[in-house]
Amino acid sequence: MAAPHTLPALAEPGTVGAGPAEPSDRRGTRFAAPGRILGYAVLVVAAAGLLLPFFWMVSSSLKTDNAVFSIPVTWFPDSPQWANYVEIWRISDMLVWLKNTVFLSVVVTALQLFTGSFAAYGFAKARFPGRNLLFLVYIGTIAVPWQAYMIPQFIMMSEVGLTNTPWAVIALQAFSAFGVFLMRQYYMTIPDELCEAARVDGLSEYGIYFRIMLPLSVPALASLALLTFVTTWNDYLGPLIYLRDPDLWTIQLGLKSFVSEYSAEHALIMTGSVLSVVPIAVVFLLGQKYFVQGVATSGLKG
Amino acid sequence: MSTTTVGGPRNTAADRTKRWYRARRSLQGVSFVLPNFLGFGLLTLGPVVALFYISFTNWNVFGKAKWIGLDNFTRLLGDASFHRALLNTLYYSAFHIPLTLALSLGLALLLNRKLRGVQFFRTAAFFPYVTSIVAIAIAWNLLFSRDAGPINQILGLFGVDDPPGWTASSTWAMPAVIIVGVWREMGYYMLLFLAGLQTVPPELHEAARIDGANAWQRFRNVTLPCLRPTTFFVTVMLTIGSFKVFDLILVMTNGGPGQSTLVLSQYIYQKGLVENRFGYASAISVVLFALCMLVTVVQFAVNRRRNA
Repeated sequence: MAAPHTLPALAEPGTVGAGPAEPSDRRGTRFAAPGRILGYAVLVVAAAGLLLPFFWMVSSSLKTDNAVFSIPVTWFPDSPQWANYVEIWRISDMLVWLKNTVFLSVVVTALQLFTGSFAAYGFAKARFPGRNLLFLVYIGTIAVPWQAYMIPQFIMMSEVGLTNTPWAVIALQAFSAFGVFLMRQYYMTIPDELCEAARVDGLSEYGIYFRIMLPLSVPALASLALLTFVTTWNDYLGPLIYLRDPDLWTIQLGLKSFVSEYSAEHALIMTGSVLSVVPIAVVFLLGQKYFVQGVATSGLKG
Repeated sequence: MSTTTVGGPRNTAADRTKRWYRARRSLQGVSFVLPNFLGFGLLTLGPVVALFYISFTNWNVFGKAKWIGLDNFTRLLGDASFHRALLNTLYYSAFHIPLTLALSLGLALLLNRKLRGVQFFRTAAFFPYVTSIVAIAIAWNLLFSRDAGPINQILGLFGVDDPPGWTASSTWAMPAVIIVGVWREMGYYMLLFLAGLQTVPPELHEAARIDGANAWQRFRNVTLPCLRPTTFFVTVMLTIGSFKVFDLILVMTNGGPGQSTLVLSQYIYQKGLVENRFGYASAISVVLFALCMLVTVVQFAVNRRRNA
């Protein structure tokens, strides 16, 4: 259904389809100034509400434990305790947790990219009997919450002895229907004539996938890669269920256990939280554009 | 594809080549889907089907699965904890869905204008969604502290003398969780709405303005109808998301105090993976599954009727 050839990127606000409140005639202009000021006021308040918790997290991570709950609230600690960021590595297994998390995230993302885009090509450009029905099944399961079938899945994994290994979490995350859906939406916007021409020129289906589709879909692959990486990094439930051995813990599990163990050391808890968020923040800021496009695409009905 | 040999007899060499060609294409098509389908079928489809069978058994970690018919479900009817979990899930959804919907749409409308700093704000709004639930829940728990927590201090500035105990109080724990849930997710749905707003043709607004419609009328009669596909999608996603809410609650309150924030997903986890009562947990899962299917189907039906 999606017609445009490129990802339906969010146009810069105001350039296309200027919003409903965009003043363009004289009657509108009269209200423009107050409306604009109100708009900014709401934006500032909303941004503060959205970001203050993060700000507090960072500022608390630089306090002493007693200073975290000072009255009134200190937003800027007088003498930043940078030592917290040294201490945390010493008293926790942060390094192990980070290593495990990076491993899981990278493997899951690689698998998801490959199987997802490969299958998406099958659904978008190849023909075989039952294709549309199967795709419908894929879409249908997006509406089924994982929590509803985690029990049978767990039984299965324990039958084959995968519990308490990272492979359980990898298997869990790597074949999501969402990835197939996202890539398929993108491939649908690439004209069939392109594939047809390649076929006439003697390229096999695999050749078309590798030489034409993959290079053309780099933006969509980037979106999927970033979304998958972040989801795996942040996942708490999968690791909670499958990774019992502390040596296998991800940063999320580690952080949670750290909080219960050092419940009074508020500042260090915040230090750990900041450290768990920093990698994601970097990935997010670098790849922002692709995140936004990925989300926008997944919201379009095909 | 539709080229046929005009007037030729069946089963010519050309026909056979074409059939061979088509079969080969089908096979290749299947080979594309297969790697993903193996994982998907084994890890998603299989468990979904198995779920229904297990829910009719008394399977636990030691014993063998014995078929017990509807026993699990009749026991659910009398299980007070289950009732509590179901009601809490509905409580969470009843506030989380409309609040997130309204705020994300409001923010999207605001961002869809020519204002400076819009891009920065878009980033800020989306950031909570990409940060881990664990870090967020930990930070909010401290923010919500009863005595010296920043939130209660800010409330104090506004003259609230007896601020709520939030996650330590069985009355206020759920509102606290709802606030964090809305805060975390509204940026995501805002992006979906923003994408939807780009598809509203500006000519319609222009025409409405010329006809003398004010801002509210234009919103009601132009923006909202054009946004309907997006609103529909967002509502379905939000509903399913609310029904399955779990990790946020697990880290923030662990269902407590008491059972004041116990939700369905968590009850499944408790019965199935802590107490290892697979059969009973599967029966609860079937209820969750049915709830999600029901609202999705109803919303599809309503959407179709409105479109007709």
